Parts: sequence; structure tokens; C-alpha cells
Amino acid sequence: MNKKFTSVGVKTKRVDAKAKVTGAAQYVDDIQFPGTLYAKVFRSTEPHAEIVSIDLEKAKKLPGVKAVICGKDFPYHTGLYHVDQYMFAMEKVRYVGEPVAAVAATSLEIAEKALKLIKVKYKKLKANYDPIKGMKKDAPLIHPDLHKYFSVPSINPKPHSNIPNHFKIRKGDPAKAFKKAHKIIENRFKVPQIQHVPLETHGAIAKTDLSGKITVWSSCQSPFTVRYLLAHCFKKQLKDFRIIAPFVGGGFGCKAGVNIEPITVALSMKCLGKPVKLILTREEEMYTIVVRQACHIRIKSGVDKNGKIIAQENEYIWDCGAYAGYGVNIVRAAGYSICGAYNIPNIKGDSIGVYTNRPVGSAFRGFGMSEIHWAIEQQMDMIAIEMGIDAVEFRKLNTLKPGSTTATCQVVTKHTGNMIACIEETAKNIGWGKKKKAGKNNYRAVGIALAQKAPAMPNNATSAAVVKLNEFGGAEVLFSGMEIGQGVMTAMGQIAAETLGISMDKVNVVGLPDTDYSPYEWQTVASRITFSCGNAVKNAAQDAIDQVKKIAAKVFECKAKDIVVQDGIIKYGKKTLPLEQVCMGYQYEDGHTIGGAIIGRGHFTAKDCINCDPKTGYSPKPVANWTYGAQAVDVEVNGETGELTIHNVSCTYDIGKVINPQGADGQAYGGIVQGMGAGIMEALVVDEKTGNVMNPSFVDYKVPTIKDMPLSMTSSFIETQQLDGPYGARGVGEHTMIPTPAAIANAVYYATGVRIQELPVTAEKVLKGLEELGKNK
Amino acid sequence: MKTITFTINGEKETRDVSESKTLLNFIREDLHLTGTKEGCGEGECGACTIILNGKAVHSCMMLAVEIDGCDVETVEVMSKDGNLDILQEKFIEHNAVQCGFCTPGMLMSARALLLSNPNPTVDEIKTALEGNICRCTGYKQIIEAVSDAAKGGKYE
Ligand code: FES
Ligand code: FES
Repeated sequence: MNKKFTSVGVKTKRVDAKAKVTGAAQYVDDIQFPGTLYAKVFRSTEPHAEIVSIDLEKAKKLPGVKAVICGKDFPYHTGLYHVDQYMFAMEKVRYVGEPVAAVAATSLEIAEKALKLIKVKYKKLKANYDPIKGMKKDAPLIHPDLHKYFSVPSINPKPHSNIPNHFKIRKGDPAKAFKKAHKIIENRFKVPQIQHVPLETHGAIAKTDLSGKITVWSSCQSPFTVRYLLAHCFKKQLKDFRIIAPFVGGGFGCKAGVNIEPITVALSMKCLGKPVKLILTREEEMYTIVVRQACHIRIKSGVDKNGKIIAQENEYIWDCGAYAGYGVNIVRAAGYSICGAYNIPNIKGDSIGVYTNRPVGSAFRGFGMSEIHWAIEQQMDMIAIEMGIDAVEFRKLNTLKPGSTTATCQVVTKHTGNMIACIEETAKNIGWGKKKKAGKNNYRAVGIALAQKAPAMPNNATSAAVVKLNEFGGAEVLFSGMEIGQGVMTAMGQIAAETLGISMDKVNVVGLPDTDYSPYEWQTVASRITFSCGNAVKNAAQDAIDQVKKIAAKVFECKAKDIVVQDGIIKYGKKTLPLEQVCMGYQYEDGHTIGGAIIGRGHFTAKDCINCDPKTGYSPKPVANWTYGAQAVDVEVNGETGELTIHNVSCTYDIGKVINPQGADGQAYGGIVQGMGAGIMEALVVDEKTGNVMNPSFVDYKVPTIKDMPLSMTSSFIETQQLDGPYGARGVGEHTMIPTPAAIANAVYYATGVRIQELPVTAEKVLKGLEELGKNK
Repeated sequence: MKTITFTINGEKETRDVSESKTLLNFIREDLHLTGTKEGCGEGECGACTIILNGKAVHSCMMLAVEIDGCDVETVEVMSKDGNLDILQEKFIEHNAVQCGFCTPGMLMSARALLLSNPNPTVDEIKTALEGNICRCTGYKQIIEAVSDAAKGGKYE
């Protein structure tokens, strides 16, 4: 493409930054209404138990308490892909922290006091924390009614089991291919549950006014999905709900579906006319809000003499936790992406979700890909080492290229993305193959890992946008992709400015959705917004500019197609007209006017995506697109303590057209550091005697601080145009954290010979490994 | 209730406040300065950082009554006249902001640093910002922004 762009691809300051650096940006807890009631949630202290009785009477009598409710007041279900959860626990509780009742009171102190007056009697049931045990035939059922639950068509629950979804890939003839293999290499890996830790905890305000209209202000990633699920849950119309989304202080997946909104709404229905505010404490955020699923992984690979992988078995056993309303779709995503970015002709793949009595698993940046790449990318190194092939060369040999087929038999084309370029660029930037100098008593080496990911969304997930031209020749751009920090407002503004032929400073990006006024967006997840919402914005802007040209064609007495709009000027040959003279209709000298206020509309739904066959996983196009990338990490291991110093991380992603280079870099650095946290620090620890989360605070659950970050990070991008992407763009938000943990583990192996197969790669594990090899200093 | 007198963002104020109210809640609920955020309420994340008598402190770990007679600055002070402070400008220029929830606290810690040490090294910046967690940016662009704002050593 040799067209010169003026906004797209240009380094652009964030349009929301000024509000954020001044403190003007409002997050949900910053909204202070007079007369607000404060909510608190009464939570299960049992991991698995029958509820024998709930006594709310004392709490109700406490002065200042306005409502106390539990499941029998609102016996409603929630769940996006698989409806398995009550708003409040009904017959049973299934994890420690599950909501059982809730209170609204005139102050937080009174609400807290009221919680202490609620009495719940339980009959304990045996809890299970191990998905492998949960899969066994005689395992006690955590959801005895699984066969009655509603699931969307792409989900395959196994009735009368603990398995809410089992996704299968059966490609080629792996049994036969394994027989021909030169070498067979089999390994097991483990991923623990981790927390998203957005800096802003979950919060919502709900108000049911006297007419019955319910308004919800929520820190959420997907206001329209919140509205849809609330209407379903409360068996009401969509028009009964209005969701307003202020700025979100980080989501990373945990604010994707509905969370605390139903409880807040239910309380507000009992306190008509009063806003009810529920803001979670950090502790509640840590142990009651969804987490990244744990996973038990086994990979068996068969390679030929040249190092080509000819057969593979991939088994992912997911610990979904107590509920799997969202988690079942991660099981599916891991299924159709089962072998990562590799071209393997014969595959037996099983991705199986299992209920346990741990915190609820859900979407986390990467949506299953971070988890499975931990295993896939170490397995690739382990094969390369066994075969005596360089890790970079091995990957280049086996990765997907034009003509390769994915696990679902989708054929890769030259437009899909260029993994080879990602690998080569990354290797070059990290100095692959060059020896790195380690400190005395230390070890140092570089590891590499790849990533691929597609947006995991229903095939009919759609985005809409509206572009309203204004009297000054500028535009209001409306869409509902949620600004959760990733920079969507800026990217959408750039796309609109480019398409309209106006400068960024004339664009009013109306980014914070209100479901009563904003155009529809399915969800802000899956790195799909730049692609999907970006297309909707582009189409809306194009629609507006087409209307402009039609009017201008009359004025110029020419054909609309011969007109261009550049920098706010409508041009036909030498004739020009300022855009503002047409935006509200064009007035001739004699006063008569043609046209009128211009509003462009656009939508986008990915084309030709087909659900996978439930028996084989086959689909010629299971997803809208793929983003490929590679990451290399230069790690120094302290020989005395096992501690890691991350010297340098270099990454390359093929994201099609880079809309905002500065934003893309920001996603890379943020993703790397989050990946590093998952790689070397983070794991949610559940006490298997009590079901309690043992580290529900920043003191015990460490996330990377500024002192932990890599000493250096570089990012680069390959721009293989996405044919149906806006200006050729596709997503990158999640991909940047996917390869980091495996790249670190691979580096640790090259440096020391210690192979860590269970996340995270802590100093203790490394030191233990060094001691076993007699390499500790 | 206790009556306290203090300076907030350059202006003298006298208020009645409950003895048990945290400084953070006082700033947010009574003074309606919601730029200061709560990320943990336990002194562990830095989102609530303000400047008290020139020093960066976690307002969630203090009681409001403790500011009697003190000089308090919140993020709102930085653009009081409608112009951005150089730190704010550099945060924007270097893309040191994503979700923005850590940003006010980061800016307060950075401001306190530059007021006391106008020419910090990268290590000194890291030490000053160690108590401010950012889950989004990866910190790189924050360090670049603070270093750039400090250039010339004339921060005020
Ligand atoms: S809110 Fe004060 S340190 Fe986290
Ligand atoms: S920008 Fe989100 S926590 Fe720092």
C-alpha cells in the first residue's frame, strides 16, 4: 500500500490522557450521588456445602439497613456461554466467596455490621480441588444438574459428569503417524490459577427509579452484554435497563461478562429511587472475582528424522473452578488453537473443562493461549534439544506458513500473517546465538517462544458505530468498544479522522458507552476491537463522507466518485469547498439549501466463520483472523539464590497495519510485564483443607513493580495486511503476554539446564533445580 | 467529630471530620477530589498517593484528623490554572498512561521526587515509584516520562 496516511499509522497522543493525568477521568467509584446506599455481599465460607438455612431477620432489623436479600428473593441464573450459576447460591455453595446474600444500608459501616448478623447453616459436602480427580467416573458431582443447563451450540457439556465442555480435534491419523516417528517426546506441564489484579476493583452503582427503569453505572468491559445478561437474568426487556460505562481502571478479562451487577441491581429493586453502590475491597477482588483457569497439560509429539513434527497429542485439562459460564469458551478456544502456531498434519487434541471447588475461572488476557503456550513453547524447545536443532531454526521449520493447515484444517495464506518474519526479527533484536556475559556465580541465556491467537467470539459478534458531522466540519464518533486502557478511543478517532479526511483534533471521540444512546458492541474482549469496532467506525465514517460527496457533486456539478476530501477540504479538480459548508447541508447564495445534517452509520460482523465440527474440530475458518508473534527473553539466573534478572525482552508481532505505533508499543511493554508476573511471580494459592484463598492481598500476591520490570524491552511489528481489517489492521492487546512465561523458562533451561514445567518460575524452584544438578554456587 | 485546618492544593480550609475517617475517604468524599484513587486501602498499591508537607504518602493509611495544620496536595493541584504540569505533559507525550487508575498516584510520587531531587537517576526514579503499582503500562514509558520531565533539573 503506498497511499500516504495522515492519521492512521501516525504516532498519536491518547485522546483520554488529559482527563487521566488531571484526575478529571471518572471511574465508577468517583460518581457520588446524594442519598447513595452502600452494599455489601455475604459470602460463603464453605467450598462445597448444602445450604440448610439462611436467617436474614436480625440483619433486616438493624437501623440504617434498607434491604437484605438472598437467593429466594431473586432465584435467577446468569451465564454467558453456559448458564450454570445463580445470582446468589441457592441449594448449594460451590466455592469460598460465593455470594449468598447481600445488604444495602445508609453507610458502609452499617452494611458491614448487618453482614455479621446474617446466619447461614451449611451441611458440608466433600470438596474437590483437582480436575483430574473430578474427571473420574465416580467423582462426586459439583453440578448434578449439568444436563439441564442451557449452553450455546458450540459448547459440549458431558451430562452427569463434572465436565461442562469437551472440545476435540481429530486431524489426520495420529496413531499411524506416531508409528512412523523417528522420536516421540512426551511432557507434562501445569499452570496455576492467577488473578487479573486490575488496579481498580470491580464496582457498580444501580438505581431503579419509581417508573421501574434501571440504570447501572458499571466498571465493565462490555456494557451491552451486561444489559443483555441483566435482562435475561431478571426476565425483563432490554429497554428496562440502561448501562452507563465510565472509565475502567483495568480489566484484562475479569470485567468481560457480568460480575457484581446483578446483585447491585437486585438490591436497587428493593430500594426504589435510591442509588446502590457496591465497590469490592481488594481482598474480595482477590478471592471472589473470576480468575485465570488452572490447567494440567500433556503433550506428546512425534518427529521425523529432519525434525518435522508429524504427529501430536495435546491434552488440556482445565480447572474451571466452581462455575464455567465463561470458562467453557476458553476450553473451546484452546481446542481450536490446540497446537499453537505449528503445522502438524496429524493431531489428537482434547481440551476438557472440569468443575472444581476453586474460585471461578474465566477470561484472562490471552483467553487460554497464555496457558497452553506455556506448555507448547517449552515442548518445542524440548524437541529441538532432543533433535540437536537450534530452537529458532526448529520453529522456522515447523511453524505455520502459507499453505500450511491449522489444527482445524484451515489453510494459511500469505495474508494470514508472517511468523517467519516475526521469528527472524525477534532473534535479530535479542542477539540470538550471541553469548551473554553473566555475573560471577551466575548463569545467563536467551529463550524464545512464539504465540498465535484469534479472537474467541461467537461468529455473529457484531460492532456498530455512528459518525455525526458537526457545524465546524469536525465529527462526533460514537461506538461502544470499551476504553479499558488499551487505547481504543484513540485508535477509533484515528480511523475516523483518516476516513473522513479531517485532522484528529477535529474528532470528538465519544468513547464511554451508554446503552440508551450508543451504538451496539458485543464485547470488548479477544483483541477484537481494533479489528471489528474499527471496521464499524471506518464504515460509518465512509457512509458520512459518501453523503458529503453526494451533496458536493451537485454543487460542483460532477460525479461523486471524482471528489476527494482532504484535511477538511472537499476537492474536485481545482474547485474546493470547506467541509463545514456541507456538514449541515449546503446553502446556495440565493438561500436554497440541499442536504442536511449528516450522520454516518456503520457496522461490522466477521464473514464466513464456521463453528467447529463437534467430533473432529474441523472448520475451514473457525475464527475471524489470527495474530502471530515471537518473543525472546535474556535472563540471568543467580547461582546462589535462583533469582532471575530479566535483562532484555524483544518481541515482534504481525498485527497488520499499526494504527497507533505508540499504543502498540504500550500494549507490548504492558503485556510483557504482565506475562513476566505470570511467568515468575503469580499463583493464587487455595488451602485444600478450607477452600480459602491464602494470598488475597498485595502483600501475599505479588505483581510486578517498577523494580521488577525487565531492564530493557523492545517491540517491533510486521504489517502483513489483514484483508478485511480496517486499513489492514488486526488485534494485539492480548498477544504480548502469551509467550513471555515460556520464553523465560526456555532461557532458564539454556542458562542452567533446569527445566521448570509448573508455573511460576520462582527462585525457589530454580534453586532446587540447581541443587539437583549440583550447579548451585 | 474534630475541626481541622489545613491547606489543600494551595487553599486554606477548615472542616469538621470524624476521627475514624481515613484521609483518602476525606479527600474523595468530603473534599470531592476524586482524582485520588483507592486500589487497596492497605498501603500496598500507591493509587491513593498524595503529597503531605512535601512528601509522598499513602492517604489510605492515614486518618483525616492527622492533616490538621498540614499542607496537602492532590493530583488536582498539578493543573490548577488549567495548564498541565510538565510531568503531566510528559506522561501524555510518552504514553505513560493506559487505564489511568494508577496515574494520579504515580504523578504524585513523581512530583514529590522531583521537588526534592530535581535530577534523579533511573534507579532513583524506580525507588520513588516502587510503591506505585501499574498493571497496564509495564512501567517503561513512565520512567521515560519522569526522566524527560526532570531534564534541565528545574521542576517546580
Ligand atoms: S489505596 Fe492506598 S496504597 Fe492502595
Ligand atoms: S495505567 Fe492502568 S494501572 Fe497504570
